[in-house]
Amino acid sequence: MMRRFLLSVGGGARDYVESIGLSFRTLFVMLGLSPGLLRRPRLLVEQLHVIGNYSLLIIILSGLFVGMVLGLQGYYTLNKYGASESLGLLVALGLTRELGPVITALLFAGRAGTSLTAEIGLMKAGEQLSAMEMMAVNPIQRVLAPRFWAGVISVPLLTGMFSAVGILGGYLIGVGLIGVDEGAFWSQMQGGVDVWKDVFNGFVKSVVFGVAITFIALYQGYEAQPTPEDVSGATTRTVVISSLMIWWLDFMLTALMFSK
Amino acid sequence: MSNLVEIRDLHFSYGKRAILSGLHMDFPRGKVVAVMGGSGSGKTTVLRLVGGQIRPQKGAVSVEGQVVHKLKTKDLYLLRRKMGMLFQHGALFTDLTVYENVAFPLREHTDLPEELIRDLVLMKLHSVGLRNAAKLKPGEISGGMARRVALARSIALDPQLIMYDEPFAGLDPISMGVTANLIRNLNDALGSTTILVSHDVKESFMIADYVYFLSQGKIVAHGTPADMMVSTDPYVKQFVHAEADGPVPFHYPGKSLAEDLGLGARK
Repeated sequence: MMRRFLLSVGGGARDYVESIGLSFRTLFVMLGLSPGLLRRPRLLVEQLHVIGNYSLLIIILSGLFVGMVLGLQGYYTLNKYGASESLGLLVALGLTRELGPVITALLFAGRAGTSLTAEIGLMKAGEQLSAMEMMAVNPIQRVLAPRFWAGVISVPLLTGMFSAVGILGGYLIGVGLIGVDEGAFWSQMQGGVDVWKDVFNGFVKSVVFGVAITFIALYQGYEAQPTPEDVSGATTRTVVISSLMIWWLDFMLTALMFSK
Repeated sequence: MSNLVEIRDLHFSYGKRAILSGLHMDFPRGKVVAVMGGSGSGKTTVLRLVGGQIRPQKGAVSVEGQVVHKLKTKDLYLLRRKMGMLFQHGALFTDLTVYENVAFPLREHTDLPEELIRDLVLMKLHSVGLRNAAKLKPGEISGGMARRVALARSIALDPQLIMYDEPFAGLDPISMGVTANLIRNLNDALGSTTILVSHDVKESFMIADYVYFLSQGKIVAHGTPADMMVSTDPYVKQFVHAEADGPVPFHYPGKSLAEDLGLGARK
């Protein structure tokens, strides 16, 4: 009984380590094959359009509403301390440092990550990846690499859009609806937001999230068994693993960046 | 005549389940060789081993004198440029049109101008009777038509070795005959070598120069189609003449129906 339990735990641990190793090997192979994209930038542009452009609407709408809610909640709290003029600063800092990168990443995992996993998984189930291999075309280079870089480029750009629209949302509520002084709203923001400490660190977070989500999504699809159940399971795993990874990375990066 | 593909003492298994055991096969240049057998006999596995998609546990597959599973990735991809493979369900890229699918290998491996690619693609599509379907997406054509497009794509680079995995499955009788003749004609016109995996006796015998029969991962008979037609080997006889009784069991091996229904205890 005990022996069986130990064997089961040992086997599970070995499988886990093996899967981590395989995923990193795939990542390094993909990175090694990526310079090939320079010869065929069209593949990257196509994927930027599919992955980035098609995610734009949900990002803009979400950013607007998050900014509006932040404006309302921020005013409610700041007003208690007579600091409602700092609303612009609160909205901007909240969005650039934290909410922009994290919510964009979560939305991207749900919108584009699932789509990537399902697409690659179904290509595998339909033997399209095998056919590509038999045509002497490496699917990691031809299919995975352009999607990976498109994701890595898209997430920071979408994060920028999210934060910018969010600030506008905060402005609409704070200045337009509640009546916070417009000059104070913008000047507090201008004076309090540091380009390197706040905006750049937020950008770094979004790049890290972009790498993590896109690779998780691609790898889950690429390693999925070619069955409907497993492709569906892989899509779910993409959302679950990506979301947890985003929170964990966010905590680690925040601790590193803002601990001083 | 030299062999383009040679298989020697080939063993392959998935985990503990043996799929192929001690195969020896030769595929001479310029010939159409059929690999036949019932479902689960290991026919498709042979193709995947020849293409280097899986590695054998023992033995070797040589293509042009190169042992496939010992090749580095780069060399394997170079070798695959000389191969064409038709997958059982076509495996067309569903986001591309019929035209783009056939143009895919040409665009990936050549620097030909677009006008020349267009002419080549239309010629290949014409040879499978689907030139006028060039603008359609795979979702807009039937399964049989998709297989013919996949055939055009597999010969786009005029490969030395063409492998067909069940090319006749699901085709109507007219398409079946046309496809069989096409496989033979392509082989002769391109001077290539063909490995034809199928369980359709009539069409395969019509075009094959040599036939291997597989059963449970072993070669049970081989020879020319004429030899096979008059063979007295029980397996070949049952398969060729589609007989219900013979060495090939219909039921998957295991307990008897009586045992499963609990009737054995009444003895």
